[in-house]
Amino acid sequence: MRSIWRHRLFWPVVALLTLIAVNSIARPNFIKFRVRDGELFGAIITILRDSAPLMLVALGMTIVIATRGIDLSVGAIMAVSGAVALTIIDNSGDAGNLGVVLIAVVAALLVSLVLGVWNGFLVSVLGIQPIIATLVLMLAGRGVALLITGGFITTVNSEPFSFIATGYLFVLPFAFFISVAAITVIGLVERRTALGVLTEAVGINPEASRLAGVRSRGIIWGAYIVSGTLAGLAGILYASNIRAADANAAGVFIELYAILAVVLGGTSLNGGKFSIAGTVIGVLIIQTLDSTILFLGVPSAQSPVFFAIVVVVVVVVQSPRIRNAIGRMSRSRQPKAAAVEPPVEDKQKAEVTR
Amino acid sequence: MPADTEVPPIVEMRGITIRFPGVLALDNVDFTLRPGEVHSLMGENGAGKSTLIKALTGVYAIDSGTIAVAGERRTFHTAADAQEAGISTVYQEVNLCANLTVGENVMLGHEPRRGGGIDWRATQKEAARHMESLGLAIDPRSMLSSHSIAIQQLVAIIRAMVLEAKVLILDEPTSSLDRGEVEQLFEVIRDLRSKGVAILFVSHFLDQVYEISDRITVLRNGTLVGEHLIEELPRDALVTKMIGRELEDLATLEKSSHRAIDRSGTPVVRAEGLGKRGVLEPADLEVYEGEVVGIAGLLGSGRTELVRLLYGADRPDAGQVEVQGAHAKVHSPRHAIDQRISFSSENRRAEGVVADLTVAENIVLGMQARQGWVRKVPKKDQDAVVAEYIEALGVRPANPQALVGNLSGGNQQKVLLARWLATAPQLLILDEPTRGIDVGAKADIQKKVSELSSQGLSVIFISSELEEVLRLAQRVAVMRDRRKIGELDSTQVDLDGLIDYIANAGEGSAA
Amino acid sequence: MTAMATRIQERASGPSFLQTFLSRHGGMMPTFAAVGILLLLFVGAEIFLRGDFITPRNISALLLDNAYLLVLAVGMTFVILTGGIDLSVGSVMAFSGILGAKLLADGVPAVVAVPAMLLGGAAIGLMIGILVQYFDVQPFIASLAGLFLGRGLAYVVSLSSIKVEESSLLWLQSTRIRLGDWYITPTGLIALGTVAIAAFVLHLTRFGRTVYAIGGSEQSARLMGLKVARAKVGVYVISGLCGGLAGLVLTAYSGAGYPRNGIGTELDAIAAVVIGGTILTGGRGYVIGSMIGVFVYGTIKTIISFMGAEQSWMQIIVGALLLLFIVVQRAIVARSEGRR
Repeated sequence: MRSIWRHRLFWPVVALLTLIAVNSIARPNFIKFRVRDGELFGAIITILRDSAPLMLVALGMTIVIATRGIDLSVGAIMAVSGAVALTIIDNSGDAGNLGVVLIAVVAALLVSLVLGVWNGFLVSVLGIQPIIATLVLMLAGRGVALLITGGFITTVNSEPFSFIATGYLFVLPFAFFISVAAITVIGLVERRTALGVLTEAVGINPEASRLAGVRSRGIIWGAYIVSGTLAGLAGILYASNIRAADANAAGVFIELYAILAVVLGGTSLNGGKFSIAGTVIGVLIIQTLDSTILFLGVPSAQSPVFFAIVVVVVVVVQSPRIRNAIGRMSRSRQPKAAAVEPPVEDKQKAEVTR
Repeated sequence: MPADTEVPPIVEMRGITIRFPGVLALDNVDFTLRPGEVHSLMGENGAGKSTLIKALTGVYAIDSGTIAVAGERRTFHTAADAQEAGISTVYQEVNLCANLTVGENVMLGHEPRRGGGIDWRATQKEAARHMESLGLAIDPRSMLSSHSIAIQQLVAIIRAMVLEAKVLILDEPTSSLDRGEVEQLFEVIRDLRSKGVAILFVSHFLDQVYEISDRITVLRNGTLVGEHLIEELPRDALVTKMIGRELEDLATLEKSSHRAIDRSGTPVVRAEGLGKRGVLEPADLEVYEGEVVGIAGLLGSGRTELVRLLYGADRPDAGQVEVQGAHAKVHSPRHAIDQRISFSSENRRAEGVVADLTVAENIVLGMQARQGWVRKVPKKDQDAVVAEYIEALGVRPANPQALVGNLSGGNQQKVLLARWLATAPQLLILDEPTRGIDVGAKADIQKKVSELSSQGLSVIFISSELEEVLRLAQRVAVMRDRRKIGELDSTQVDLDGLIDYIANAGEGSAA
Repeated sequence: MTAMATRIQERASGPSFLQTFLSRHGGMMPTFAAVGILLLLFVGAEIFLRGDFITPRNISALLLDNAYLLVLAVGMTFVILTGGIDLSVGSVMAFSGILGAKLLADGVPAVVAVPAMLLGGAAIGLMIGILVQYFDVQPFIASLAGLFLGRGLAYVVSLSSIKVEESSLLWLQSTRIRLGDWYITPTGLIALGTVAIAAFVLHLTRFGRTVYAIGGSEQSARLMGLKVARAKVGVYVISGLCGGLAGLVLTAYSGAGYPRNGIGTELDAIAAVVIGGTILTGGRGYVIGSMIGVFVYGTIKTIISFMGAEQSWMQIIVGALLLLFIVVQRAIVARSEGRR
């Protein structure tokens, strides 16, 4: 039985179930579903629908973090993507045309992909620290988005475009299908091919991986491209939901929530081993917590306090100090340095001469 | 001058026991260090040398036993505690701050102050005075990073002197120094000894141990074997004590150096004028089928650089590579692997294993990288390959799901060997595959290399242990000062001849 | 053998002045570059704007308008020198500002309210420092918690802006100490004072040198017996304190506390520090450089508003400049590693 609670998804799942249980008790409505016009409604459905942008961004972030990187620019890419899509629709003069919307979406995704290529280039070719490399776009991206929209909040009234975020398909929100599709594709590509394990190898030891013949540059570059493209899709969802491109508000802080979701899901920020399922759970925890806070009547502006508490609790529980303390309680005792360094004597020359 | 046994010891460790999960790292070990002596701590890897040093410097807590410094019982919790008690350590990877000046590194934390702030003028003067006293005349205001590792190591020793260390621990200080630099270091050590400092010296180089030590303590498998005066312990006796058996494993190894190689055909791999400015002067190298070519030379002589260029790990700016007679573009490890060339780096931990992946994942990594990410090696094939090599190379623990980071150095090396063999190379480049691993694993690896080459695999074998090179290789390329200076037939040369060639060839007394 | 020979040779020929200078002060190059860019901006703006850019009024306003950012950048410099990062400063500034405004509006005297603002900032910094040092949390994540906490608490204090009527606080901004056409306000003096104190601490105290040592190699610093834990927690407390102080300066400047203040300001502060020549991996950089970085930032902003261009260009130009500096730094670091 020990193996179950040692599983790395154990605590995230417990946290999510606890949140759901608390909600269900505090407000019975939480687990109720209503069907109206063949469409399903309810608090849980809302959570699934609203979590879609964060889900997309967090999936991309997971891959980037697995390569030992981080992508701060996702919020800015969302803003650019929304601006591109809405500007195209707005200028077309035929906002209701499905073809126009499709072109707009594809164009926005392409631009996002290019931004991902840019980030990946800085990191994998120029060798700039990921935090800094993506900080460039994080700073400049919103400026670019503002330029595209001419400094205004572009609003459109386009049925097909609104459908992306608010429409329904087979009783469930369309946005939910986008989430599920992204999870499935990423999950399959990472785990059915060797991409996942190669990504982990690159994240754990880039140089060893390179010498082993892994195309680390391509893998790292690819991670940023995936992250950028998914962020672009999230930007379209966001814009579709509010029917506007708001360069200043789109995706603000989403990079932080995405990173939080990844960490909540048990993927270490040090790169290496990652868990797509963990990230999905992490996103659901965040979205459920958000919904809970709203239900409690706390102004949404104040919700960061709760997230701060969650972050602190999670990182403290995950910290070596606390783990060792728990380990000591469960076993007899450990040498104080054992967690830091395996007791294998192995003299390795520090690579100082090269 | 050997220290008098009558002098009261400065450090007395009694009955030290340290237990790690599943391992008894030190079992009731005694160790005594006296002022004015150089005392070498000897033992194979895993014998407990590092653990003993870390117990003395407060890095590890001891489970039982006592430590007394200058007759007073002490318990150290941090490196700072030990320093305060007069115990300073200089590690092989210099533990100073490269972003600060030499003088600051010497004085950091002990700068003279005036009027609430650091008095920089006095600090630099003080640093210069200390450096002068050990004969190091460099600008104390220059950046530490602008100096060689040897100088940085001396700076670290000078820093220890500023702390008025009574005990100086030198942990593998010579492993990245050249001959002249070692001499310089030894002069400093002798100087300190004459001033009454007790020096604990750890080195893998027997010559150096015999040159500098007054006394030797030998550890084996976490237990104390004995403490001896240097003149009472001949080399073979020391080695026997360290290993605990005659060198039978290695001695009975079949020599492969006498095997005849057919060099009439096309070489498997041939490098012509391969070089890179500031790294390696253009050099030629040929390897034929089934041949083991050794590369000998001191550290920094260009032997690692040559194979890295050959493998495409670094990009050459001159020369070309032919594989099976055809021109081959080898600009990255990928290209090399496509040409069925494999390279195992000397730097096992940083450039070899992927520590947080399992044994199985590490072994399959090479195959998988070669296939590309799209086509995953089927689980069944993976299991078969992994099981085969764990068995063939004797990887311990024989658990494919164990994390490689938790394995000993020797077993990590076997995993790397397995990774490369699984890719079925025609040329295998091994850079220091036996460094820092125990004798058993060493013998296993040598045996495997010999066996594989007899089956037709070509091997380039680099090692600091020249006996090993002479035993395995049919031909030895010799490097010096980033240049290939010649090639020797290993049936025509013995160990002394090879050493002489490395040291003197081309300077009038070539072998 | 070779090393000894070269060493003797080196001494025999005697290093040239330039060699000595480079071996001693190579780390200052990025800061000089920042000064160069600042001068270039001044000259360029002067030419293109036909001589009415470099005026005492404009230069004085540069310090006045960016005093809060300067204070933040000083705190950020400490953190980045250790190789860390502090994302919380913008939120801390907002929290401190709104807290002060609220306390003053509730009739709490300034002598109580102002220390409360500073302590509030320092407390968040302390939390981040403890997480980083004692729980091995990455600075990025720990300060992210600080960012959330500061922002949330700002809204807890008040959801809307609160005007400040307290005269002593407004005095900080309205007083102009004049020298001809030049002037400086007490907020400007606070900012310059912060820079001076920081420079003193970093260069003339053991704490400051420990900060540099940690940035060079934390493990070395620990093995050298330096007080690493104290310094590492200390830099975050200092950064939090600077956040609190910036809240005071900004509140005085704008005459109100506003919980939405400083969203994204942490990025501006980081950009200013990097442009000023501090290397993000830690260990190299100067607080004076950060001041130059802030002036570069402020000058670009002024030029853009002079030219009547859209403010969105600001973000793009700062981003581009950041990129430029990062690439240059990367090249410098690569070269110095190559030398070893």
